[in-house]
Amino acid sequence: MIREQYVNQPPKPNSFRAGPDEDGRFGIFGGRFVAETLMPLILDLQAEWNKAKTDPTFKAELEKLGAHYIGRPSPLYFAERLTAELGGAKIYFKREELNHTGSHKINNCIGQILLAKRMGKTRIIAETGAGQHGVASATVAARFGLPCVVYMGATDVERQAPNVFRMKLLGAEVKPVTAGNGTLKDAMNEALRDWVTNVDSTYYLIGTAAGPHPYPEMVRDFQSVIGEEAKEQILAAEGRLPDLVVAAVGGGSNAIGIFHPFLDEGGVKIVGVEAGGKGLDGDEHCASITAGSPGVLHGNRTYLLQDGDGQIKEGHSISAGLDYPGIGPEHAWLNDVGRVEYVPIMDHEALEAFQTLTRLEGIIPALEPSHALAEVIKRAPKMGKDEIILMNLSGRGDKDIFTVGKILGMGQ
Amino acid sequence: MTARMEQRFTDVAAEGRPVLVTYFMGGDPDFDTSLAIMKALPKAGADVIELGVPFSDPMADGPAIQLAGQRALKAGQTLAKTLELARRFRAEDQRTPIVLMGYYNPIYVYGVERFLEDALDAGVDGLIIVDLPPEMDDELCIPALEKGINFIRLATPTTDDRRLPKVLENTSGFVYYVSMNGITGSALPEPALIAGAVARIKTHTQLPVCVGFGVKTADHARVIGASADGVVVGTAIVNQIASSLTEEGGATEATVPGVEALVRGLSAGVRAARAVAAE
Ligand SMILES: Cc1ncc(COP(=O)(O)O)c(C=O)c1O
Repeated sequence: MIREQYVNQPPKPNSFRAGPDEDGRFGIFGGRFVAETLMPLILDLQAEWNKAKTDPTFKAELEKLGAHYIGRPSPLYFAERLTAELGGAKIYFKREELNHTGSHKINNCIGQILLAKRMGKTRIIAETGAGQHGVASATVAARFGLPCVVYMGATDVERQAPNVFRMKLLGAEVKPVTAGNGTLKDAMNEALRDWVTNVDSTYYLIGTAAGPHPYPEMVRDFQSVIGEEAKEQILAAEGRLPDLVVAAVGGGSNAIGIFHPFLDEGGVKIVGVEAGGKGLDGDEHCASITAGSPGVLHGNRTYLLQDGDGQIKEGHSISAGLDYPGIGPEHAWLNDVGRVEYVPIMDHEALEAFQTLTRLEGIIPALEPSHALAEVIKRAPKMGKDEIILMNLSGRGDKDIFTVGKILGMGQ
Repeated sequence: MTARMEQRFTDVAAEGRPVLVTYFMGGDPDFDTSLAIMKALPKAGADVIELGVPFSDPMADGPAIQLAGQRALKAGQTLAKTLELARRFRAEDQRTPIVLMGYYNPIYVYGVERFLEDALDAGVDGLIIVDLPPEMDDELCIPALEKGINFIRLATPTTDDRRLPKVLENTSGFVYYVSMNGITGSALPEPALIAGAVARIKTHTQLPVCVGFGVKTADHARVIGASADGVVVGTAIVNQIASSLTEEGGATEATVPGVEALVRGLSAGVRAARAVAAE
């Protein structure tokens, strides 16, 4: 009965899914703030992307690799013991951590490397924070026989050591970046410098739904497979849509991927979880929307952590993948129009959630989705037993076990 | 437009030589030293001053200018203080054009309208904003032109003939040709390639074309200046400043004289440029 309601929904006059416009704007956010050297290439990329979008061979290739290489569709899992423990809403996980390479990042990498090939590029560069995007980039580069250079902040090289090994084994060159705090923002600056220098040969495989147009739109579209599958799966399991969808937001790719297909479903509440770090009072957090202001960085206008002079702050999160002082422009817009609510979760709350899931469900989550989980743990008990929460379990926690073990004083 | 820029290019052209454009980072290593450097530049032979506005994330700059920006920010430099540098300089020199060079975010956060008023008031003649391509002209370029401040655009080796008209459309003052695909501080490409690119741009515009990125020595200035209307030197000056500092990054007695000596040499280079051309 409810299913029919969904299927027969009339077209909405004011869709939340219409953006961006042709200049890459979501409201005032987005755009193409890049050096002239890169501009012709970005226009080429846009043209290639526009062609690929409607090309059945491109779609077929993507679907084939999705099914046989990534392992799609990823399962939708009812977390029975967690649900019982919290005593409220039914909790479902979209299991993106079961994808090849262990996170959602591969969905985007497969799509973009197909584009790079179509454009005749012979070299791949990428930035990475947690190393998940670096690993996924190195993986597709190996799969398609292209050399790959990954820029990674020196701090992250240390705290995500297992992923550094994986990238090297896959044949990628990992370049540690020592500027700033040595985190994701600094890695992105360095990747942009490489790109400007090697613009003829090189494809920049951006790992999140940010950067200059068309990246935010393109990454979103490659990641929307998450939400599209989840929608079908929850309808099959429950006969209706969820009441609440939750995801962690770094740059925002896993979040927009699961949110986007639900944006025009009025009955579905949507919450994005930012890294609250050590608290919003000081500078040690990465809550760009909750505690930032609009500015221009890395090719787009969005919410940024910055001082009164427009200098970007470094931020902090226990999770390398959320340790970024900005957020994708579509999220900035979804916040301003009030469609999605963005909330912070502190380091210690994420750590607790990490342990809860590990013990209760036998799933070791990455620290990034542990932030989403902490928010779910707060909300589920306050919701009715007949209500449904859908959470994006964006990655697995193997990369984080040493960091977490150290904090918890385990081992040795 | 402010008249200073056009006047300076006309005057220098009458001398039969290219213009020497000198870049340094405002506030590096501190406000007062920076002001002293700025005042010393025209006396040493600089024709146009590019005043760098520090930004935390300079995506188009190499290590030398990155570090200069960090020194300036650490010493408390802000956009407001960079405008103050311009104002103090302008009080003593009404003829040398000042071009602010940097990234958009500090200006956006300052507020575009307020910034343009304050910049005009401080005696600024032009802007070079690395991350504002023509596609983003509504942000700052058009408002700046309406206020009479030049918006100087970068043209690069990737700017082909198809795209050049778009890049030149709202450009004023001069065209800044970036000699290579790359960041500041890289090595200079073959002079013949650069000369070809300058000639290509000149078929599309009446504006003077200045060449920057990679010009470090008097000899570079002489060779590049043979075909270009001007040469821009940045990293070499920034490196000269850096090499004069204490371990903690403080100014020394050698800081300002070191820049003066370098710029005198560069100035001799541009003055010898057309002799080469005539060869
Ligand atoms: C597992 C996982 N989830 C989430 C993120 C955050 O990125 P995004 O917000 O683009 O999904 C990362 C980034 O490294 C990640 O590895």
